[in-house]
Amino acid sequence: MDVLVCIKRVPLVGGEILLTDDKMEIDSRRLGFGLSPHEECAVEAGVRLIEEFGGTVTVMTLGSAEAEEQLREQLAIGPDRAILVETNVEFDPQGTAGALVEAIKADGTEFDLIILGSESADTAGYQTGIRIAHALGRPVVTNVKGLKVENGIARCERSVGSLREVYEVPLPAVITVKDGVNIPRYPSVPGRIKARKKPVDKFTPTVPIAKLEKTGLTVPPTKSTGAKVLGHGPDAAAALVALFRESGVAK
Amino acid sequence: MILVYVDHENGNVDPLSLQAITFARSLGDAQIQAIVVGAPGRECAATLAEHGVDQILVAEHDALTDYAPVAAARAVIQTIESGQPSLVLAAGSARGNEVMAHVAAITEQPLATDCFTIKIGAPTEVTRARWGGNLIEHAKVHSEIALATTMQHVVQAEPAATPGAGTVTTFTPVLADADLLVRVLERIGQGGGGTSIAEAKVIVSGGRGVGSAEAFGSLEELAKELGGVVGCSRVVTSEGWRPHSDQVGQTGTKVAPDLYIACGISGATQHIAGCKNSKMIVAINTDPEAPIMSHADYAIIGDLHQVIPAITAALRS
Repeated sequence: MDVLVCIKRVPLVGGEILLTDDKMEIDSRRLGFGLSPHEECAVEAGVRLIEEFGGTVTVMTLGSAEAEEQLREQLAIGPDRAILVETNVEFDPQGTAGALVEAIKADGTEFDLIILGSESADTAGYQTGIRIAHALGRPVVTNVKGLKVENGIARCERSVGSLREVYEVPLPAVITVKDGVNIPRYPSVPGRIKARKKPVDKFTPTVPIAKLEKTGLTVPPTKSTGAKVLGHGPDAAAALVALFRESGVAK
Repeated sequence: MILVYVDHENGNVDPLSLQAITFARSLGDAQIQAIVVGAPGRECAATLAEHGVDQILVAEHDALTDYAPVAAARAVIQTIESGQPSLVLAAGSARGNEVMAHVAAITEQPLATDCFTIKIGAPTEVTRARWGGNLIEHAKVHSEIALATTMQHVVQAEPAATPGAGTVTTFTPVLADADLLVRVLERIGQGGGGTSIAEAKVIVSGGRGVGSAEAFGSLEELAKELGGVVGCSRVVTSEGWRPHSDQVGQTGTKVAPDLYIACGISGATQHIAGCKNSKMIVAINTDPEAPIMSHADYAIIGDLHQVIPAITAALRS
């Protein structure tokens, strides 16, 4: 089985988001980078399938040259190779899917399963996986929280309230997973050493015209005054309960 | 005219879809048309009319017995072709975003998900959520008919001052076998096993500071006393202390209860994205400088293991 996992390098924003002077990007100069939790789970899902069935896992990303760091980190947990679809500008969701499809076709591998996160941590468009599936003429199940492949069929579960919906699709297919589908492993030291020697191919995509055109970013205001401190320790409980009763949330 | 895709479960309207309709009403005096997919969808008619929907289109087809995202998208596209709306809207829910992404992919048009504001025009301008709403993107949607979804809880669902006509029209969408390949085959697990965090009015939520699965017992007790449920942050599910269905946050569930009590939760952006729409946030934390303090309305500084039982006791007295 050949599996492709698509990931995205994102800044690891902590408490407060700072913007660049032109208000078009996050000021990431003092931030580390990583993946969305969904995508860490996507890579883990791909590696588990290969451990079960044999085959290859490829990780792909659309991003800057620095995104090789995230590809290498993921190669350390098991994928065989990586493809960096290189750009220095942000593509809109259609452009992102288009570039990934272009790279998939150029690579030529007939991937049995393409796995993505249900949405990226930063732009959260909820559509890259679905657009790739339509472009390649494959079925897609999104928001997957349980995955089992048997006899060429992917059995997918997704959570709706306290229930799980079950979907089954024949491979080749696309799925998008959510945090919780598995618990991703940590890379081992030998894994990290091996990752340094694994191939990272480069691909230059056609630059699209943005149809969802970002014109700026703003940081929403937080509650300016901050929390009103009712007190310290268990003695403050009475003041809180009085507040609950006053506002009607408790009798 | 604005067309809204309305999700439902056996004729029960999805509450987030009612938010999308309430949002659509705020965009001016455009006529509001709703599309529901599957025959039981006609049972939504009265509620939709109350919320200001003028025309309800019910897509009926023998094969449409349960949720099938591509088939739903085909039905939406066929409605767009006959009605020429200026905007097609859905809730920014798992299903709303999914159906609209299929519509956008099939028609090769842009889609703006999780919008806070929409200004219909040429081009339509939106503000939308990045980082789960911790950052706002301003964007232009370059297409004749704008496709968008609304950020969860950006408005509360409210009936219209003047109800819509609520005229029901049924139609049979043209579907190919491939459109029905992905569909719900069965449901597993226990339904009706108590309130979910998405619906709860009160959530007592725990983070790393709780320290263990067992220590959630006192949060359970407080939640029970307040008629609420227990939630948690991502680190708690990663540690295996609580199931993933309890996780509040950008990668978990986005909640909007009347009261959210954050116990031992530092308040990383990923968590704030899931709880910022709560009407009242109370933080219980040993660290007065924790980021959660800029998002909470009230705080008690102290060890949650002592503070929570004291609150429960005070409620009982």
